[in-house]
Amino acid sequence: MNLLPLFFALPLAGAFLIPILSKIWRGFSDLIANSITTILLFLSFYSLNLFEEGEVIIYKMGGWPPPLGITMVYDHLSALIVISIAIVVFAASIFSIRYLEHFTGRVKFYTLFMLITAGMMGVAITGDIFNLFVFVEIASISSYALVAFGIEKEELEAAFKYMVMGEIASLFLLFAIALLYGRASTLNMADLANTLSVAGRDQLFWFVAAILLFSFAIKSALFPFHSWLPDAHPSAPAPVSAILSGIFVKVLGVYALIRLSFNVFGLTPQNSPIFFHILIFLGLVSVFFGGIIASRQRDYKRLLAYSTIAQIGFIMVGIGIGNFWAIAGGLFHILAHAITKSLLFLTSGAVVYATGKRDLEELAGLGKTMGITAWSYRLATLSLSGLPPLVGFFPKLFIIIGACQAKLYWLAILLAILSVFTLAYLLKIIRKVYFTTKEVSTPETPFSMRLSMLFLVILMILFGFGFQGLLNSLIIPATKVLLNGTGYGRAILGG
Amino acid sequence: MSLIVRKIASIIGGFIFLYGIYIVLHGHLTPGGGFAGGVIIAGSFVLFVLAYGTDESGEKKRFFIASIFESIGALFFIGIAFFGLFLGSLFFLNFLPQGLPLKLLSAGTIPLSNIAISIKVGAGLFSIFLALAATKYFLEE
Repeated sequence: MNLLPLFFALPLAGAFLIPILSKIWRGFSDLIANSITTILLFLSFYSLNLFEEGEVIIYKMGGWPPPLGITMVYDHLSALIVISIAIVVFAASIFSIRYLEHFTGRVKFYTLFMLITAGMMGVAITGDIFNLFVFVEIASISSYALVAFGIEKEELEAAFKYMVMGEIASLFLLFAIALLYGRASTLNMADLANTLSVAGRDQLFWFVAAILLFSFAIKSALFPFHSWLPDAHPSAPAPVSAILSGIFVKVLGVYALIRLSFNVFGLTPQNSPIFFHILIFLGLVSVFFGGIIASRQRDYKRLLAYSTIAQIGFIMVGIGIGNFWAIAGGLFHILAHAITKSLLFLTSGAVVYATGKRDLEELAGLGKTMGITAWSYRLATLSLSGLPPLVGFFPKLFIIIGACQAKLYWLAILLAILSVFTLAYLLKIIRKVYFTTKEVSTPETPFSMRLSMLFLVILMILFGFGFQGLLNSLIIPATKVLLNGTGYGRAILGG
Repeated sequence: MSLIVRKIASIIGGFIFLYGIYIVLHGHLTPGGGFAGGVIIAGSFVLFVLAYGTDESGEKKRFFIASIFESIGALFFIGIAFFGLFLGSLFFLNFLPQGLPLKLLSAGTIPLSNIAISIKVGAGLFSIFLALAATKYFLEE
């Protein structure tokens, strides 16, 4: 497919076109960014038609054959991630048009926005482990700058803390890549998979696996390593919070971890139970503490940030159980949570836009005047806490089914109880912000903001009712890619 | 800065700039390349700013020009990659004739990519220097 490099090349080109063209006319920044995200959205859904289940699209950069040159690999797992990124980025860029009126430096914002998109897209489709590191860094460094975008004291502090933690994670990732290169003399992920499966597992193999787990645990903010997230995500402008919480932590943390551990290292629950028990443990602790701390927050966006930690925990538990339905649930939750959590953060942006406040004690009675925002929030709450027709129900159901199949009945019961927790802390915002009889006259948010929220609400309902089609065309093939293990390497190199 | 510093800077600044260009153009033959050469080119600009000083308007103008060149360098680079896509249907395809090894005009698009990188890196590092040496103009913005 000739279109594969466009996923990261278009936003990269946009990132460098925006600063030049917006010197001629300032509106170019909105125009270019929004048209590129729209193209990406169409391209990501169109790409599903180009290959069948079990097939892999391999793109040789510059025509160099796989072990030598950089390859781009597009299978259903990548497609799932690319579609999630495209949806969130599309909604966030529409939302930004009016939201940025409160900020100066619209051009810089869109440049960084395009770079973070390019970085995430690159992580999702690359087939080269050093290329993965480069894209991780592109996305991370732009996210540090975007967190500090408001240049107030708290924002700079949060960005600094985030940068230190994020760079420690990146450093360990680079260290792991260097050790792998020293061991296997190759950087191509498919070639690495073949080499490692032949070479067997010695101490170095497990050392690298442990370093990678540590690095990606920081990037995906699992509980003991989460301390940067509750500061960083609320500090960013709302559309960026939607990207960071909605998809960023999952691409850089969860996706990179599962791609490397399943497809490159060939880990399965049967041959490396300790690794998967650690994932279950970290996930469960994140769900538990993320939920408890979220219910005690007073800040709209900070509550949602802690909720993200809890939901990433659900994904990790699903991956950690490691059988078919649990992994399918985990992958489905990546998409479902991307839609829902970005919608929740966009409603927080709408509230901040209208009132200028984030403190739950000061906000009241917005349910009447900001009808669409309030209903978006309510529906997203129901989806995230797992009410059946909406999209958030199915992932948790699949994870619980997976836990039952793995004979972990205590885990299934615990997860069911903990997902009620989700409803508890999200209802707190409804009660404080939207559901009061006090009359407040706040104007409804601008049309473009409502449009982006409605887009996500429609997707949430559509994917909920049409979950069967989504499951067959995307989630189950993606699960099979993971369960194929090191067959990934053979599929690409053809050996 | 004193007269001695200014005089020395004016003599060697040009040579540093020229050496940077040499490193860039021989990037495909010798150690170095776009990044290293770009850093040296930026170094010559930094030397001039340090020796002769700057004021608010000069800084503003320099920053404006540097930011334009930075974007142009990046666009040039990604344009070369896109040309490969359009001409040979592969992103980053080396579509130019490769020539003989160890000649200056060889290796197809790689010298062009080096030039693009050097523009990007040189302008980028120079604007980082201006931002770090932040005077009034940056703090107010």
